[in-house]
Amino acid sequence: MSTVLQAQGITKYFYDPEKFQVLKNIELNVERGQFLSLVGKSGCGKSTLMYVLSTMDTDYEGRLQIAGELLTGKSQNELAKFRNRHIGFVFQFHYLLPEFTVLQNVMIPALKLGDLTTAEIEHRAIEKLHLLGMAEHARKKTNKLSGGQQQRVAIARALINNPDILMGDEPTGNLDSHNSNIVFDIFRELTTVHKQTIIAVTHDEEFARRTDRVVEMSDGKILA
Amino acid sequence: MSARLSSLTLSFTIARVHLFSKPKQTIIAMLGVTFGIGMFIALVGLMTGLNDFTEEITMTSSPDIHIYHDITEARPSILEVVNPTGINLVHNQKPKNETAKLRGAARMIEILRQDSRIQGVAPMITSQVFFNYGPTQLNGQIQGVEILEEDKLFDLKAKMKDGRLEDLLAFHEGIIIGSGLARKLNVKKGDRVVITTPQGFTRTLKIVGIFQIGIGAVDNVRSYANMSMVQTILQQDKSFITDINIKLNDRHQAKIVATELQKNFTYKAEDWETANATFITGVTIRNIITYAVSFTLLIVAGFGIYNILNMTIYNKMKDIAILKAMGFAGKDVRSIFMIQSLVIGLLGGLLGLLVGFTLSSLIAQAPFDGGDVISLDHFPVNFNPKYYLTGIVFGITTTAIAGYMPSRKAAKVDPIEILRGQ
Repeated sequence: MSTVLQAQGITKYFYDPEKFQVLKNIELNVERGQFLSLVGKSGCGKSTLMYVLSTMDTDYEGRLQIAGELLTGKSQNELAKFRNRHIGFVFQFHYLLPEFTVLQNVMIPALKLGDLTTAEIEHRAIEKLHLLGMAEHARKKTNKLSGGQQQRVAIARALINNPDILMGDEPTGNLDSHNSNIVFDIFRELTTVHKQTIIAVTHDEEFARRTDRVVEMSDGKILA
Repeated sequence: MSARLSSLTLSFTIARVHLFSKPKQTIIAMLGVTFGIGMFIALVGLMTGLNDFTEEITMTSSPDIHIYHDITEARPSILEVVNPTGINLVHNQKPKNETAKLRGAARMIEILRQDSRIQGVAPMITSQVFFNYGPTQLNGQIQGVEILEEDKLFDLKAKMKDGRLEDLLAFHEGIIIGSGLARKLNVKKGDRVVITTPQGFTRTLKIVGIFQIGIGAVDNVRSYANMSMVQTILQQDKSFITDINIKLNDRHQAKIVATELQKNFTYKAEDWETANATFITGVTIRNIITYAVSFTLLIVAGFGIYNILNMTIYNKMKDIAILKAMGFAGKDVRSIFMIQSLVIGLLGGLLGLLVGFTLSSLIAQAPFDGGDVISLDHFPVNFNPKYYLTGIVFGITTTAIAGYMPSRKAAKVDPIEILRGQ
């Protein structure tokens, strides 16, 4: 199995209100197709680590490589372009754009990428919505959906560009157990059937236990 | 649709959805610009219309260059001539007793007529006179002219309300008077008026025509008579000329030519800009007011756009954050909001031009009595497309500046701060 993400010696400080080392020399390799959960107590640095791995946070020391590309030291614009193609995001809240339909929301990252024609993108978006059981809601405005449905649309959006890694920050944190299970099952299916790499930060022990690999953090370090 | 969307087209689509999702807010922001530009067009149309109108009638009533003997001009006292290095105090020095006559006028006219920059030269005699008609006695001015030469300079034929210029040539004892003067004296063509010169000489003249230039200051006092007749009533000889009026091919050279003529002839040569300094100041002040008011209106509209965009961006923080997470660069986010402000500016501006045009058209129809000062029955309004172009450029620039600051803020949003789970 190939390594899709490689983080070496990631160290990060917070400066406000006073200097504080939040990540301490973190080494992490993630294999392609792995379903990895990042767990730990509040303030242990797991979210911070995920945002460093997501390329959105560039204020760190160390070296980050995703899909064979060295990302440390790249400009914000280059990183934005990289995220567009290689990383999909699911957050605690769905963050769908309220003025657009479900289909449009799913299409936006692909329109931004511009590799396909609008018709091809629409076709693929419908496909992704099918995968998540949301195809019949494609023409609805996002605020007409339930919380669980919105989160599934957000997952479809994260998958539209066939990213190398799907990153989740508490992806089930705002859902009831029924919807949490649905989201987990989707993630499970994505990794086993579609070989999708997933890195998810979670508080949910049940969720973490059922993933391929649990990385526990404490005090800015990964516990062995 | 099979075309691939560029980043800008995508930004445009998102901007359009934002604008349409809050139509009230969009319309209010647009109306700010519309109002600003509409008022600018209306104001500028009215102000420049008035300026052009007054400029035109001022130009037709004053020569490009006026040469005369300025007897009130300060001269050095004899004491200063004799004792130039000492400290001389001379109080209350009176002007020298000289006539207003231009010496060597015939020779001057000959030289002037050969100058290629000069289109026309009209010599004349001016004098203050009293007009008597029955018990009415009015102060006025008589100009002894070669009426056809005068016509070449000032297009008097077009200004005649009654009678013909040629009648003055046919009738030696005739006079053409201004419309205001005629009204005050209660006379009409064919009546006779008695004029009295400052030297006390009296003569009865027949009114052969009435003219109206359009400025009260001229129409209420001026009259034209034959040059030889005026020379006679002033008891002067045939060479007596007090003024030379000059029309140039290019009016804007007046200042340069006047300075040159004054040096050559040693008589005062006054260009139209100096003679009409108050008028030109008026034009400048009107322009300043117009632009200051319009600028203020547009700034206010700009603040409106700034506010609304700021609010939109504040409400859309989450959207901006997720767009940036998904791969929108700062400049893509900025263009989403810049497009919104430019669309508001462009549509608001175009609507403003329409409003301005409508207002201008209404003003142009409004009756307006210029009274004795200017003969006007309605407002002169300028519809020059130049001002419409200025308006729209000005409007779009203001909205671009007003939109740029919030847009830049949106581009700088840090997505982590917003997206990070609690």
